[in-house]
Amino acid sequence: MIDIGYDAAHLLGALVLMTSFALLYQRRLFSLLNVFTVQALALSGAAAWQAYAHDEPHLYITALLTLTLKAIAIPVALHRIIQRLHIERTVEPALGIGLTMVAGVSLVTLSILLVLPVTENATALTREDLALSLSVVLLGLLMMISRRNAVSQVVGFMSIENGLILAAVGVAGMPLVVEMSIAFSVMVAFIIFGIFLFQIRERFETLDMRKIESFRGESD
Amino acid sequence: MIAAVIHQVLHMVLVLALAPLLTGWIRLVKSRLVGRRGASVLQPYRDLARLLRKEVVLADNASWLFRSVPYVMFTAIWLAAGLVPVFTTDLALAPTGDLIALIALLGTARFFLALAGMDTGTSFGGIGSSREMMIAALAEPAMLMVVFSVAVLVRTTSLAEIAVYMMGGTVGLRVSLALALIALVMVAIAENARIPIDNPATHLELTMVHEAMVLEYSGRHLALIEGAAMLKLLLYAAVIACVFAPWGMATPTQGSLWIGLLSFLAKLATAGAALALFETSIAKMRVFRVGEFLGGALLLSLLGAIFLYVSRGV
Amino acid sequence: MTLLFVALLALFALAVVGVAARRSPWVGTAVYGGTAAACGLIGLWAVEALVGRGGVAAAVLPIGLPWIGVHLRADGVSAFFLLVVALGGVTASLFGWGYERAHARALAHHAADHTHGESGPVLPFFPLFLAGMSLVLLANDAFSFLVSWEFMSLTSWLLVLSTHREPDTPDAARLYLVMAVLGTACLLLAFGLLVGTGGDYRFDAIRQHPPEAGAAALTVLLVVLGAGSKAGLVPLHVWLPLAHPAAPSHVSALMSGVMTKVAVYALVRVLFDLLGEPMWWWGGALMAAGAVTAVMGVLYALMQDDVKRLLACSTIENIGVIVIALGLALVFKASHTPVIAALALSAALLHVVNHSLFKSLLFFVAGAILTATGTRDLNRLGGLIHRMPTTAVLALIGAAAISALPPLNGFVGEWLLFQAILNAPALPEWSLKIGIAVVGAAVALAAALAAACFVRLYGIAFLGRPRSAEAGRAGEVGRAMLAGMAIPAALCVALGVLPTLVIRLFEPAVRAMVQAGPFDDRSYQPWIWLAPTSAIGNSYNGLILLAMIAALSVALVLAIHRWASDRVRRSIAWGCGHDGADPAALSQYSASSFAQPIRRAFGGTVFNARDRVDMPEPGDTRPARLTVRWTDPAWAFLFTPVRRAVNWLADHVDALQFLTIRSYLTLMFAALVVVLALVAVVRS
Repeated sequence: MIDIGYDAAHLLGALVLMTSFALLYQRRLFSLLNVFTVQALALSGAAAWQAYAHDEPHLYITALLTLTLKAIAIPVALHRIIQRLHIERTVEPALGIGLTMVAGVSLVTLSILLVLPVTENATALTREDLALSLSVVLLGLLMMISRRNAVSQVVGFMSIENGLILAAVGVAGMPLVVEMSIAFSVMVAFIIFGIFLFQIRERFETLDMRKIESFRGESD
Repeated sequence: MIAAVIHQVLHMVLVLALAPLLTGWIRLVKSRLVGRRGASVLQPYRDLARLLRKEVVLADNASWLFRSVPYVMFTAIWLAAGLVPVFTTDLALAPTGDLIALIALLGTARFFLALAGMDTGTSFGGIGSSREMMIAALAEPAMLMVVFSVAVLVRTTSLAEIAVYMMGGTVGLRVSLALALIALVMVAIAENARIPIDNPATHLELTMVHEAMVLEYSGRHLALIEGAAMLKLLLYAAVIACVFAPWGMATPTQGSLWIGLLSFLAKLATAGAALALFETSIAKMRVFRVGEFLGGALLLSLLGAIFLYVSRGV
Repeated sequence: MTLLFVALLALFALAVVGVAARRSPWVGTAVYGGTAAACGLIGLWAVEALVGRGGVAAAVLPIGLPWIGVHLRADGVSAFFLLVVALGGVTASLFGWGYERAHARALAHHAADHTHGESGPVLPFFPLFLAGMSLVLLANDAFSFLVSWEFMSLTSWLLVLSTHREPDTPDAARLYLVMAVLGTACLLLAFGLLVGTGGDYRFDAIRQHPPEAGAAALTVLLVVLGAGSKAGLVPLHVWLPLAHPAAPSHVSALMSGVMTKVAVYALVRVLFDLLGEPMWWWGGALMAAGAVTAVMGVLYALMQDDVKRLLACSTIENIGVIVIALGLALVFKASHTPVIAALALSAALLHVVNHSLFKSLLFFVAGAILTATGTRDLNRLGGLIHRMPTTAVLALIGAAAISALPPLNGFVGEWLLFQAILNAPALPEWSLKIGIAVVGAAVALAAALAAACFVRLYGIAFLGRPRSAEAGRAGEVGRAMLAGMAIPAALCVALGVLPTLVIRLFEPAVRAMVQAGPFDDRSYQPWIWLAPTSAIGNSYNGLILLAMIAALSVALVLAIHRWASDRVRRSIAWGCGHDGADPAALSQYSASSFAQPIRRAFGGTVFNARDRVDMPEPGDTRPARLTVRWTDPAWAFLFTPVRRAVNWLADHVDALQFLTIRSYLTLMFAALVVVLALVAVVRS
């Protein structure tokens, strides 16, 4: 019969994946950040549910960390940065949205095909969580290569990390989860600023490039 | 058998009678949401009656096809609506066609309406037809993939049997079903020319799709086409209700017709209100973003079909 | 089989008549009448064989290679495909008779007109082409199969060349010849592998000793290449949109509607019969090729502005659908679920007969349009529904059938295919389960795009206002041509309403290939319901659907005319501010503009399509122009590089012609030494 614990975990994991697709689909930076917030919320929900359903209290910490860092602190900071730096609010995809989505679905298929035969003996939840999190990681990578904008690359990177946390949450009995997630989050914070500085420096060049492109009649 | 035939006749009359009411209800809720009083829920009936009384003005170039399409289209959609169980699954026509036949019947209606749009030889008709076919080219496969997900879970494409199975409650919450539901709602929005794909209230040529196609219609022909559009909206609401929320429906062995009817009315009211809320809170898309929107629906439904195999069971 | 031989001999005799009596005014009537009669006989024999005896008959003729002879055999599959050939032959003869007379008359009228330039001979090759196709289906040894296959290719090539005065034909014919040779070469190698070292060319012997895994895999690849190039599998399809339209319309109908089916027969014969027990990945590869072909084919069709080219491209799409169904059948056969395999194979065979019907019909319609207006360019047509009312009705049936609309036959084929696709969870391989979902999406996408494609074809050609003076002057075509179109149109409706009749007809064929029938395990099977076993609780009834549509429409019309106003007034439609004699004709949508949304959604990615609008400055009076550029990926990524490589190689090999005698001797000496060294190595 219906196993609510399983079904809810299942849906929350799928929600994380869906928001990954929604991230790929967005064209505006602010809605990108909003979707990212939703992804972080779903992830912390998944962690909390797992903590409750399997009685693993340390996962509550993961949930809380995700909630405060990913769902509140980072989106707010990015909002500020976008406003402060007057970054253009539309994301220009290097690859068409349609193609990106097709590539995304192919990646999900690939990760399912990879995970299913390997985890023939594992429980349904584990294999599903592994498939989902591998997909989220791959989609995050896709996001990073298919966008030119620095902010969306940062968001892509953080969604990769969300995928890793999802994997750690789903596989039962992983005590290092808390440490891992903290370490990752700190690293992410560093990388955000690292990439940012890098991108801002690069932006001078891209501004130049844009002039050339508009000269060739290729810009919108 | 006799009961099934009686149910079928009742069913056909009921969907016909309720379709304008649903449209009127959506318009009323939308008006209230934006702070207007709005017309009565019965206004669509009056509009249709007025159109039926008016004379038909035909373009001088219109052929017999143009004059017969409203009838063909209305019949196809009415018949399709006759295949979707709403208050009971015990319908005489149920084995005649399944979900795939239903999609194809809607396709027939669309095919002929798009032809009619091109018959008068004006540019608006062409705009409408070409855009409608582009939308359909993505919406129809998305809908078929939804059918795939559902059918693989339930092991049948017959709507009546899907409803019975879903009421059994052994399916549970499933990622595939959730994805299928989202995709189906997206398709329904596109197919019924609602915001953000098309605006049913617009008269601005460049953004029109459905309205552009039927621009040359008038009088009783227009009444039939408008009626068919209302029927189609009801049909999609009924399909979503039948597959994803069939509770309350009577089956040949159990359940009461009255409860089925009341629950159907409640489902319609909810669906209408939700649609109105959605439409008032979102802006219309550019026509060429529609491809991405529906491509998204197609990929979501495909993803749903793929995820069938990840979870337990199948 | 005597009846069959009489009919085949009659076809050869008719070819002789076509040559000998070419000056006689009655030769056309004689040849086409005779061909129709002979094809009728073949069809009758096939039906009798299918219904009466499960279709098996065999004969050995003492001609051909000594000690081998020509082995002929007809089982269920051959008989079914013979029926398809015969149907196409009868209707094409009927239509062709009227078509050639109309063109002869037009030629007499405008002797100087280039569009009706003198054409080459069609009559002798037309019956030979049909005979060639029949012989391929009957061949029971590798040698006679290949000879008949080549005979079929050559006669159709000569038929394409009959329009050699038209500017595009020579190129099309050359490309066709190259592809046909390539295809036959692949088949030759495939049969070489099948026969193996035993040297027994008979199919019976091959069946007894199927090749081992490696050779079988290579055979599958070669057969898919060889038969696929004839059928039009992407990327070997490039010759179809050029060569099929170049022939006279009734021959185009045969090439597109029937000859591609002979190629499908070759696939069925080798993959299901000769190769023995299949592997699952054969079907997977077929499905992948079919899915690409289906979607690409219909996208090609949407880009075309030429009526006959559009139809040829749509053939590619339909072949894709058939190949998908064949692939599914193979997969299920390999996983030992024969009843589902039977369902998929039934879908394939039903689509074979469906497509031959509506594609013949639509090519006849294209021929009628060409006869009436002298043009195949969609952008010069329009409004033909007023000028050619009967053709318009028949064309509407064809367009609706190919768009898979119920209750016509195209829908039944798609329905069966989807029922087979829905059985994907029965397979053990993960990649297949997921792959079939993707293939299902591709089929659905192709079907929906096909509907758009045929709304475009019908809407631009028959509806609206004439876009050229020729279209405005067009008149209805003669009775023979109308009859040629009416037969397939009627069959399209009949098969849609009563599909079980034809499914039961080819059940022996299905049973022979997958050892099960689509209706097995059903104790009770009423004949008007289509409810195959493996489709659980799913059923479809075209008859009731048609009856309901008719009843509801009549009720609706009566009700509306009883209670509503029935006044009608004619008025001029708003022409967007254009004035002049016929304002709206200028402002209508054209074929290119109709395809624009789809071109924008798909074309940019697939075809690198670009629209360029040349908009004059305000005050400038020249017209604005929209030009569409697109490149065919098959040419850009496959054929052009291959051609370049061949040219490069030819240039370099060319140098070998101008060596000194000493160098030639050196080369020969080197070759001899290498061979000797090889022998030494192999021996040791």
